[in-house]
Amino acid sequence: MLAFIVRRALQAIGVLLAVGIIAFAMFRFAGDPVNQIVSIDTPAAEREQVRRSLGLDDPVPVQMARYLVRTAQGDFGVSYQFRQPVSDLLAERMPATLELALCATIFATVFGVLMGVYSGLKRDSVLAKVFQTISLIGISLPTFLIGILLIYLFAVTLGWLPSYGRGDTVQLGWWSTGLLTGSGLKALIMPSITLGLFQMTLIMRIVRAEMLEVLRTDYIKFARARGLTTRAIHFGHALKNTLVPVITIVGLQFGSVIAFAIITETVFQWPGMGLLFVQAVQNVDIPIMAAYLMLVALIFVAINLAVDILYTVVDPRLRTTIRQPT
Amino acid sequence: MSVLHPVLSVRDLRVEFVTRRGILKAIDGISFDIAKGEVLGVVGESGAGKSVTGSAVIGLIDPPGRIAGGEIHLSGMRIDNLPPEEMRRVRGKRIGMIFQDPLTSLNPLYRVSEQLIETIRTHTNLSASAARKRAIDLLAEVGIPAPDKRIDSYPHEFSGGMRQRVVIALALCAEPELIIADEPTTALDVSVQAQIISLLKRLGREHGTAIMLVTHDMGVIAETADRVAVMYAGRIAEIGPVRDVVQNPLHPYAKGLMGAIPSLENDSSERLVQIPGSMPRLSAIPPGCPFNPRCPNVFDRCRVERPDPIQHSEHRVACHLYDQSPVRSEAVA
Amino acid sequence: MAEAIQTAPTTPSEPASWVGRFLDSDVWASFKRSKLTIAAAFLTVLFMAAAVLAGVLAPQDPFDPAQLDLLNSRLPPIWNAEGMAPFLLGSDEQGRDIFSAILYGLRISLAVGILGVAFSATLGIALGLIAGYVGGTVDAVIMRIADVQLTFPAILIALLVDGVVKSVLGGQLDAGTTLSVLVFSIGLSFWVQYARTVRGSVMVEKNKDYIAAARLIGLPAPVIMFRHVLPNVLGPVLVIATINLALAIITEATLSFLGTGMPETMPSLGTLIRIGNNYLFSGEWWIVAFPGIALALLVLSINLLGDWLRDALNPRLR
Repeated sequence: MLAFIVRRALQAIGVLLAVGIIAFAMFRFAGDPVNQIVSIDTPAAEREQVRRSLGLDDPVPVQMARYLVRTAQGDFGVSYQFRQPVSDLLAERMPATLELALCATIFATVFGVLMGVYSGLKRDSVLAKVFQTISLIGISLPTFLIGILLIYLFAVTLGWLPSYGRGDTVQLGWWSTGLLTGSGLKALIMPSITLGLFQMTLIMRIVRAEMLEVLRTDYIKFARARGLTTRAIHFGHALKNTLVPVITIVGLQFGSVIAFAIITETVFQWPGMGLLFVQAVQNVDIPIMAAYLMLVALIFVAINLAVDILYTVVDPRLRTTIRQPT
Repeated sequence: MSVLHPVLSVRDLRVEFVTRRGILKAIDGISFDIAKGEVLGVVGESGAGKSVTGSAVIGLIDPPGRIAGGEIHLSGMRIDNLPPEEMRRVRGKRIGMIFQDPLTSLNPLYRVSEQLIETIRTHTNLSASAARKRAIDLLAEVGIPAPDKRIDSYPHEFSGGMRQRVVIALALCAEPELIIADEPTTALDVSVQAQIISLLKRLGREHGTAIMLVTHDMGVIAETADRVAVMYAGRIAEIGPVRDVVQNPLHPYAKGLMGAIPSLENDSSERLVQIPGSMPRLSAIPPGCPFNPRCPNVFDRCRVERPDPIQHSEHRVACHLYDQSPVRSEAVA
Repeated sequence: MAEAIQTAPTTPSEPASWVGRFLDSDVWASFKRSKLTIAAAFLTVLFMAAAVLAGVLAPQDPFDPAQLDLLNSRLPPIWNAEGMAPFLLGSDEQGRDIFSAILYGLRISLAVGILGVAFSATLGIALGLIAGYVGGTVDAVIMRIADVQLTFPAILIALLVDGVVKSVLGGQLDAGTTLSVLVFSIGLSFWVQYARTVRGSVMVEKNKDYIAAARLIGLPAPVIMFRHVLPNVLGPVLVIATINLALAIITEATLSFLGTGMPETMPSLGTLIRIGNNYLFSGEWWIVAFPGIALALLVLSINLLGDWLRDALNPRLR
């Protein structure tokens, strides 16, 4: 199992390296970094000096190596827009995005699994058909439309929930959390639903399909022949076997949730990394774009690795080491 | 007849599958008994209705299938019309079942101990520790070495033969009166097959359990069963003591079937017979005797009138050849 | 080789005309059976017709500033007491007729979507053929890129490409260039699925005898392969393309909504929603609602068609 994890870790580093090279290419070749620093009427000699001080006259491989080393140390350069280190900007925005992504994932998982199990067990019932319809709409409606719809209903018309921002936050060291205040929690509701809806329909569809598949297996038939209660069969045997792919999806999708937060954060003016990224794209702030790309890649890779490891915990067949009898 | 009921008594059982193209009769009026400690072999080609019969007895016919008629009695108690919850209590407690493939019969994500204890505690009032002790005893009884150590293994840590022993232990959890073994050896290595069969025989003998052994392997039947039922297209063509049926089959289909296995006891100068054609699909069962298109002894009556089972010496055979005039010589021809 | 067979999208090679098979097969029958699919197809055709005929149907050219009159701004839909002809669905801040804007926006959304899908399909099929046929390092490089890209959501790739291209081109872009940039970004975001499907099919065909035979008689094997592989993957590619069309339209709308897509002077459905979103709080719901409904219905119809096509072409799933 160790060999398996090491191999996966090496693959992960390979992916990060590839993304790092792309980020470097963006940084170095998409627009001239010198132009972002000096003003338009700066004389050529001074430009040359800036260029040299940035190390831009070194051979490209040297620059790339330097970039990658700096990136690995968490130094992503200085934002063109804000004239601040990108790492500071990201660190400041990260808690908002991670809390939103976490709440969205919890929402999506809880409701997705419940709806999926129900429509798997009672697939001809009216409610199951309703769920199927919801899932089709969830996939067809663009995220920002769902957000706008929710805002119109619950913020504009009913006035129950805030339409933008995080509400009050509490500072825990460098981490600012909205989970500890009433207004912070209220502010989380609509963005979480908006962000989680797509994942919820995805999880529901997968759980339903897996449930139908598992219920057809021999061991479920055998469990019934052993006279186990329906409850034990459905929720002990079938659900546990269904959860393996669900864990994979929830895990792998967590990265997507963070990336999709770009849209949700824009709709709800949520002060997270996604909003920062959209502003960076609008203003062609390459250091932020490159850093965000690296960060998302890192999160994706870390999650992939975690899911692989989690897999072996849930499914004993994947554990190659035989446990000692106790 | 004494008041003693047979363990299993099936009367005129019919099972149908409702499909878009109409109703398919998977089981079309079969009757048989199994006594305490007796092994009834059920043979036939695939699709003859062997497994469906087993599923019907244990009450696991899933929609679109349904029991369309007849009665099933377990030790005198009618069980085919029990409400689902009561039938669930019969399953596993009074009727145990063993499926074909031990690789897929066990839930891969649970330890053997968990699956055994779960079953034991579903059907008895044993405490968790007592159930665990019983589980270890059961594993020992089905011949798993060092059961107290192996019990906490996962199914994938056992070989195929060992897994089938675990499956048998699971079927035995609540000392059932009847065990339905559906092709218990088909998925196993030949060398392991004999061990599993002798294990089943021994368990049946020691506990007085009635066994319904569904298989297409005549060798297994000849070795294990006391009586045998030959099924064809959802009906019993012939049923009788295993020695009689194997050595002296009456129904032309049974003859073909027995002819298809080489025998050491019989005169080996006889050629192995092959039955021409194949069993009809459920959607295209011919009128009259379902075997008539393939039967070497077919005559006009077979094409129009369905043969009812007729007692003939110790056999019961569904064939017009034996109606009223027991012309045995003609049949043998 | 076993792996290649598993990933192969189609079963044995049937170079017969796909169109012929279509009319013969269950596909057509299953289309006629499903009322929902017929409705979806009808809506899709309706949307496409509306987009093509926008110039004829629309009472106003929303792209022409000369036709906009601020006196007509923020009118509610016509059934409202304050509504006014010809502003069927009301008007926006600049006096732009919402109905006309939707028709023209539909045109842009569909154009970007279809061109984006065409671009990604061409790119994906070409890369898939090359990867499958050349094999070795080329194959490894292409497929690793595909793997890495697949870990990122398409919208992120599209945003990045969009940002980079804009930074390379520099400055403010006119609407036409923006449209091309959108097509390019969307194309680059969706090629992977095509490439994988085609590559799988090539791997299967590659070792078949007719390729060897073609080589023996001196025919260029790539040409033969192209002829044999393409008919095989046409079904799956069509399914991917249909579902991706819905995704591409959503992606374009999202980019425009985020403010990196079509400008307000030449709005797509996404831009209209972005504009309308600003008026949500002042009660002018129609500015965002009608473009939103149009977008949702369009995507839903195409999704339904895609679902049906996938099920119909792949009987194993039924």
